Amino acid sequence: MNRIALFVPLVVFAILSLFLLKGLDRDPTELPSALVGEPFPSFTLPSLANDQEILSERDLDSQVVLVNVWATWCFACRIEHPMLNQLAAEGIAIIGLNYKDQDQQAIQWLKQKGNPYVFNIVDAQGSLGFDLGVTGAPETYLVDAQGIIRYRRVGVVDQRVWDDEMSSLYQQLVGEME
Amino acid sequence: MIAELGHFALIIALGMALLQSLVPMIGSFKGYSSWMRLGSSLSMGQLFFVAISFGCLAIAFLNDDFSLKYVSQHSNTALPDHYKISAVWAAHEGSLLLWALILAGWTLAVALFSRSLPLVLTARILSVLGAISVGFALFLLLTSNPFERLLPMAPMEGADLNPLLQDIGLIIHPPMLYMGYVGFAVPFAFAIAALIGGQFDSAWARWSRPWINLAWVFLTIGITLGSWWAYYELGWGGWWFWDPVENASLMPWLVGTALMHSVSATEKRGVFRSWTLLLAIFAFSLSLLGTFLVRSGILTSVHAFASDPERGVFMLMFLAIVIGGSLMLFALRGPAMRKVAAYSGWSREVMLLINNVILVSSMTMILIGTLYPLVADVLELGKISVGPPYFNFFFVPLTVGLVIAVGIAVFTQWKSTESRLILSKIPVPLLLAIICGGVLPFYLATEYSFSITAGLTIFMTVWLIATIAADLIDKIGIDLKRVAKLSYSYLGMQLAHTGLAICVLGVGLSSAYDQTRELRMAPGDNAMIAGYEFNFSGVNPVDGPNFTAFQAQIAVTKNNQLVANLFPEKRHYNAGGQVMTEAAIDPSLIRDIYVSLGEPLANGAWALSLQVKPFVRCIWLGAVMVAIGGLLAATDRRYRRRKKIQANNKVAL
Amino acid sequence: MYLLNVLLAMAIFLMPLAQFAEPSKVWASTEVVQFSDPQLRDRYYQLVQELRCPKCQNQNLADSNAPISTDMKAQIHSMLEAQNTDDQIKQHLVSRYSEFILYRPEVNTNTWFLWLAPLCFVLFGAVIIWRYAFSGRRVKSDTTELTDKQQQQLSELLGEDDQ
Repeated sequence: MNRIALFVPLVVFAILSLFLLKGLDRDPTELPSALVGEPFPSFTLPSLANDQEILSERDLDSQVVLVNVWATWCFACRIEHPMLNQLAAEGIAIIGLNYKDQDQQAIQWLKQKGNPYVFNIVDAQGSLGFDLGVTGAPETYLVDAQGIIRYRRVGVVDQRVWDDEMSSLYQQLVGEME
Repeated sequence: MIAELGHFALIIALGMALLQSLVPMIGSFKGYSSWMRLGSSLSMGQLFFVAISFGCLAIAFLNDDFSLKYVSQHSNTALPDHYKISAVWAAHEGSLLLWALILAGWTLAVALFSRSLPLVLTARILSVLGAISVGFALFLLLTSNPFERLLPMAPMEGADLNPLLQDIGLIIHPPMLYMGYVGFAVPFAFAIAALIGGQFDSAWARWSRPWINLAWVFLTIGITLGSWWAYYELGWGGWWFWDPVENASLMPWLVGTALMHSVSATEKRGVFRSWTLLLAIFAFSLSLLGTFLVRSGILTSVHAFASDPERGVFMLMFLAIVIGGSLMLFALRGPAMRKVAAYSGWSREVMLLINNVILVSSMTMILIGTLYPLVADVLELGKISVGPPYFNFFFVPLTVGLVIAVGIAVFTQWKSTESRLILSKIPVPLLLAIICGGVLPFYLATEYSFSITAGLTIFMTVWLIATIAADLIDKIGIDLKRVAKLSYSYLGMQLAHTGLAICVLGVGLSSAYDQTRELRMAPGDNAMIAGYEFNFSGVNPVDGPNFTAFQAQIAVTKNNQLVANLFPEKRHYNAGGQVMTEAAIDPSLIRDIYVSLGEPLANGAWALSLQVKPFVRCIWLGAVMVAIGGLLAATDRRYRRRKKIQANNKVAL
Repeated sequence: MYLLNVLLAMAIFLMPLAQFAEPSKVWASTEVVQFSDPQLRDRYYQLVQELRCPKCQNQNLADSNAPISTDMKAQIHSMLEAQNTDDQIKQHLVSRYSEFILYRPEVNTNTWFLWLAPLCFVLFGAVIIWRYAFSGRRVKSDTTELTDKQQQQLSELLGEDDQ
């Protein structure tokens, strides 16, 4: 009995090492969204194109959309923008969430860089962003035709991210619609 | 050129370490005493070359050699010279080189101060230390080379040292901490040598004890400095955050403390042999594990070094070999536990056992809490955070238990103690503690409520000090001259335990009675907190050597007498653009007044954080007393009686 | 006699604490975050220390200046003023930011090991102490007692009949 007891620390260490090894592949800063599987939060916010027009979550229904959180003060959004233009050109519906930004600057920005968005929600106070669990820009949500959030990406969406993580889910969601 | 010299010196050091790990060890099995003696010269050579390597890196910093990637990332022409030198250990590669240097230093120390040990044991110890050095040298050369060049595109200017590190704390804290971490490699090597040789008796315990004590003293100082540094540098008055990197330093300390106590029983009574060996292995293993956790990017922390998966894998392999290997050796060759009871009841052995159980339980709890987010993530249980509420929940009651046990332990004797003896000593200190703990908080009650924390804290402090005083009086009566007759070992112990009491007092009372207000103040505004009046005069721009700042002036008065003028700053560093809060503190043993400058608000007003923190300085004062106590115990006469133990050096094991 | 000395020393040492018994006043200055009730302020500080900033490198809301942190603090403030309980506030934030933001992990099937293991470890240690120290085994002194064989040898040497 005594000799076996002396092996316990070794066994515990072996188990620990396995976890550490697996842990090396993980990114501790990656935070999955609490809203995956939940309906898109309800909101009433103006549209960027026409501030008299009030948008709500129902405007997202009936098609599979990407909701992209962006702002003119966000440096990485500039890097992401061409990719969004490309996706829009492929026929993918992208809704913009203009997060804590200035209307005029946002409109100007889109004029200069191209507008991939079907429409833009103006979230000046960040209240919708808060309900979505947004921590900064850029972030992108995949919302299905029933208005349920299925995926969130924190950070830039580039070709690799689209190919590896998003495009097959998008195709699947579009397939579910038919 | 100098960098290449440094690089080359490191390679030579690796060669020496390789020889050192093999030659004396083989010599110890074959009985070649010339091979065994080589360990000593090899360790000298190793230190020499690692020191050259380290020196070359320091020179590269002083010369602003930005063609070196490491220098360009962490230095700047405007950086003051003393920070250029301390920038050497500001990040991963350089701090590893510091590790290697300190390891070489401890190795040489063992070689020089082991005249009284059998040559075979010394040879094996030096070989184990050499093997560890090989690991670090390889790690440096293969994955973390501080001498890597950025040619041909060397930048004209460096990125500057992180402003948080531009402080005297960086100059002392990491070296002290590493002295402790690396210092535990020595008891580790002693343990491995003992396991290889099959001899684990009181003599082994006697020889390893000073090394355990010394490493522990350095680690205590290192952790204390880290806490104090965070307090005044980070700007919001906290001094411990249960951050993974902090936990990585506390865990080996807890095990080191347990080891220190366990080995005393092994030396005096020959008990706890396996346990002491295991603790010696654990202490250094936790040092290594801590190094891994901090540098692999596996955990999120404000202190973490920049990470790289390649480094993580290498370190994990190193860990597996060193820790796995030593635990395997322990399992195969560790002494089987005795069946005969050598002690019973309220004996000193049992008190030390209680000490060990509490300390090791604390360490285990901290390990579980620190690693659980990782485990949960790997097991797909989600992203969970474990923070101060969890750690405090367990640590506080464990510490209370420990403090109570320390008080009782003072009165116990080896092998067994009559319950009557203990019961006769306890009532007075206990009564005193209960009275003070129960009554004083009412007297000190703040505007909100009676503080149980304060009551418990005072109870613990008075209990400890009263039991220590009682024992001292038992030994020397009131004749203070007889203090000189007490051994350093005993005096060190009592001093360290008193330090513990003071530290507990500081922690408890500052938690209970801290008063913090976040205020919006315009120039001319006043505020009164805890009897002190704060008058805000306004904010002026000032310039530093490598920053520009807004400096506020706050006059603190009490009963219309000036207590202090405080000048907190908000600094913008030129090179990197970072913003740093520089708090202003008026220190005192009784209370710290802590002021920091927040954001500018509308109409010339500023957000200011004003804090009055009673007895917070006792935390570090107590910790320093603990360290001094340990140092005193390490220099006890019996460890210095080298001349008489020179015989029997030729013992074959 | 000495106990009076110790008592006196403690009292002298701790007496300055009485000064902290005075309530705080602020003149002209106002709190950056204002509450209608001091108890709400206490709960606020408790909450912002227990909640984690989702964007920072391991900092609580109290110590963090990140924009998301500011937003969360504002939300906590308004919910406190609206008479929500601490649990409701935490739930509101967790449903948006996941349990990652709780520094005090919830006690559920995912965390049972986290919360139980330390307790079990301490109990295990207590059992070991009990077994080794208090299980009623008599201390065997190594030097004074002889084994049976030695006893027999002694008897033979002394020329006694063994009994």
